[in-house]
Amino acid sequence: MSDVATRLDVLKTYKLYVGGKFPRSESGRVYEVTDAKGEWLANAPLGTRKDTRDAVLAARAAVKGWAGTTAYNRGQVLYRVAEMLQGRREQFAAEVAVSEGIGPKKAAALVDAAIDRWVWYAGWTDKVAQIAGGANPVAGPYFNLSTPEPTGVVGIVAPQAGYGHSLLGLVSVIAPAIATGNTVVVAAAADAPLPALSLGEVLATSDVPGGVVNIISGRTADIAPTLASHQDVNALDLTGAIASDGPGAAPALEAAAADTLKRVVRPELDPFAQDWTNAPGTDRLLSFLETKTVWHPMGI
Amino acid sequence: MAKKKNTEEPAAQPTGGLFAYAPAPESPAAAGDIATSYGHFIGGEFVDSSGSEALKTVNPATEQVLAEFAQGTDEDVDRAVAAARKAFADWSALPGSERAKYLFRIARIIQERSRELAVLESIDNGKPIRETRDVDLPLVAAHFFYYAGWADKLDYAGFGASPKPLGVAGQVIPWNFPLLMLAWKIAPALATGNTVVLKPAETTPLTALRFAEICRQAGLPKGVVNIVTGDGRTGAALTAHPDVNKVAFTGSTPVGRAIAKQLAGTRKKLSLELGGKAANIVFDDAPIDQAVEGIVNGIFFNQGHVCCAGSRLLVQESIQDELLDALKRRMATLRVGDPLDKNTDIGAINSAEQLARITALTDAGEAEGAERWSPACELPGTGFWFKPTLFTGVSQAHRIAQEEIFGPVLSVLTFRTPAEAVEKANNTPYGLSAGIWTEKGSRILWMANKLKAGVVWANTFNKFDPTSPFGGYKESGYGREGGRHGLEAYLDV
Repeated sequence: MSDVATRLDVLKTYKLYVGGKFPRSESGRVYEVTDAKGEWLANAPLGTRKDTRDAVLAARAAVKGWAGTTAYNRGQVLYRVAEMLQGRREQFAAEVAVSEGIGPKKAAALVDAAIDRWVWYAGWTDKVAQIAGGANPVAGPYFNLSTPEPTGVVGIVAPQAGYGHSLLGLVSVIAPAIATGNTVVVAAAADAPLPALSLGEVLATSDVPGGVVNIISGRTADIAPTLASHQDVNALDLTGAIASDGPGAAPALEAAAADTLKRVVRPELDPFAQDWTNAPGTDRLLSFLETKTVWHPMGI
Repeated sequence: MAKKKNTEEPAAQPTGGLFAYAPAPESPAAAGDIATSYGHFIGGEFVDSSGSEALKTVNPATEQVLAEFAQGTDEDVDRAVAAARKAFADWSALPGSERAKYLFRIARIIQERSRELAVLESIDNGKPIRETRDVDLPLVAAHFFYYAGWADKLDYAGFGASPKPLGVAGQVIPWNFPLLMLAWKIAPALATGNTVVLKPAETTPLTALRFAEICRQAGLPKGVVNIVTGDGRTGAALTAHPDVNKVAFTGSTPVGRAIAKQLAGTRKKLSLELGGKAANIVFDDAPIDQAVEGIVNGIFFNQGHVCCAGSRLLVQESIQDELLDALKRRMATLRVGDPLDKNTDIGAINSAEQLARITALTDAGEAEGAERWSPACELPGTGFWFKPTLFTGVSQAHRIAQEEIFGPVLSVLTFRTPAEAVEKANNTPYGLSAGIWTEKGSRILWMANKLKAGVVWANTFNKFDPTSPFGGYKESGYGREGGRHGLEAYLDV
């Protein structure tokens, strides 16, 4: 029987992930994604400014529900993402290998690290208030307590460089933002969008409510400035803004973000030297929080 | 929804008529197979005791024997401590992120098997299925989930860089929340890198032994968790063992005091969660209906077998009659009976011994001149039961105002001013918890500031969460369980 040998694979149509659904780009356009040798891998949707604005709408709509769930519940949802990603380990290892031009063993190790990173942040949801908040011993008969709250919608320019950027780097920027109750719109790495678009499929089956994470592939120079200037985005993570000049470069994006006083996380000085396998620490976790302090008198 | 026309005559006594319910029994078979006899869980295996003495655990609602289990000998304890010691080197050397994943696994398996564990707990303990299902088991899973997350974050917990575990923890737990107390002990111990030998109470060993199976399903390395069963003799052997580095005990104040003496002069770290005689303080501006619910929850939850139970009601004099009328009406609707009936509010008293203690103390209450009241309610013919009971005319000197009854018995006292309420609330050797009921926020905080109690609930009672530290002042013990603070008891800091 030679039929088996000649069986044709079914290829996946990669789509955006917006509001818990998988739309094509409103432009109807795609772009070619290639491996390190320039071989065609897939077509990715060419997400536009309009797609990005739609995603911000979805993210905003999801804030109330997501920020309103208990920290414990968010922790369980993030842990569920780890469980789902573990089940699709091989698929992601293959996508990471072709996206970053590395061998299968290294790629698998990066996927494992990405799974563990979800677990790391799953454990933070109900602890961040315990390290970032606390009672303040004011000099008077007052109860005074500071607690962190999510800032709202975070626009993220996903890592486009550094070892492990295509999946581990991506998870390392999404998970800390949503762990604390923010929702995000992510500009996927333009040259390596496949793990990001596939991650949407994992999130969609992990009890993450629609709109909490939205993933747009396309030209960073289109998507990032839209996020930076959007009136309804509260914070901006420029980790993947690696362009040296033009509208997609970090200084221009930061300047655009200043109009609405977005909280900004700047890219590393040398994003290409970044190793995403390094321990993440708490910097990103604490970046997208507002501290709220409540006073109340004590007295009979 | 259309409003239902009430055609029934208002019942004179609500127990029978207005609030009659058809039974909604949970299936005892959901508890899974209970073996006829159990050994200890040591080094990842179920093993026989070196001795021949066996104890029996009974279903307190039926007095039927559920299983036999081993009375742990000194040799058994020694073996378990040796297994824990052997496992400690590798376990404590694991990266925190790997320890975390074991604990997450345990949390998830507990969630998966929660119905089985809830039914088993109800059968062995006598507490209502509604409580094991809705309170105990969710909290057990949550506790493991919470401390799982700490395992790789200890550097951020405020105890300096890379805080070290203590070694082998000997843990002795009570019968009132068997699996929850196990979770409170084992989860933080493992997260911080310790290994444990745990002794469950002699009337409720079954869920701890079932937990041993869960450790195996989770692939937990052998010897990290060891369960040794038996009565107080086994517990004393464990806390006295020279190779135990940390002792954690939840139980009565007299036993806690004995352990503290036993450990004097050793280098063992000790945490104690002991008795309580909490005051539930109701001011005249409190919303009465909510307060009544809180009082009922405070003292009748888990048959009053709760160390932080609101066993003293301090009510402001001006609303005493109104509040007590409402409270008695509410108490008359409490359903006492089959723990496996989902309608049951108050289940069985855990043991004949405990029933005798409650009976003796309530008799003393009457003898000392307090006035006793219980609603009319039928108690089952077999098993250990006690009617929800209220004492009025209680003075601060009465035994029922000073001693922990650990049963569904509420002592009512009155006060006129907030300062008097504080005086009376603090006037016991205990200091575990307190409740405050008032609409005035500043008064809540003023009171909370003055109360010598480790947990203060305002306009609520008996709330627990893994993120929230729990533990007492004074003779209610020392150390805290739960929250970031709960890590300290298991770290060399």
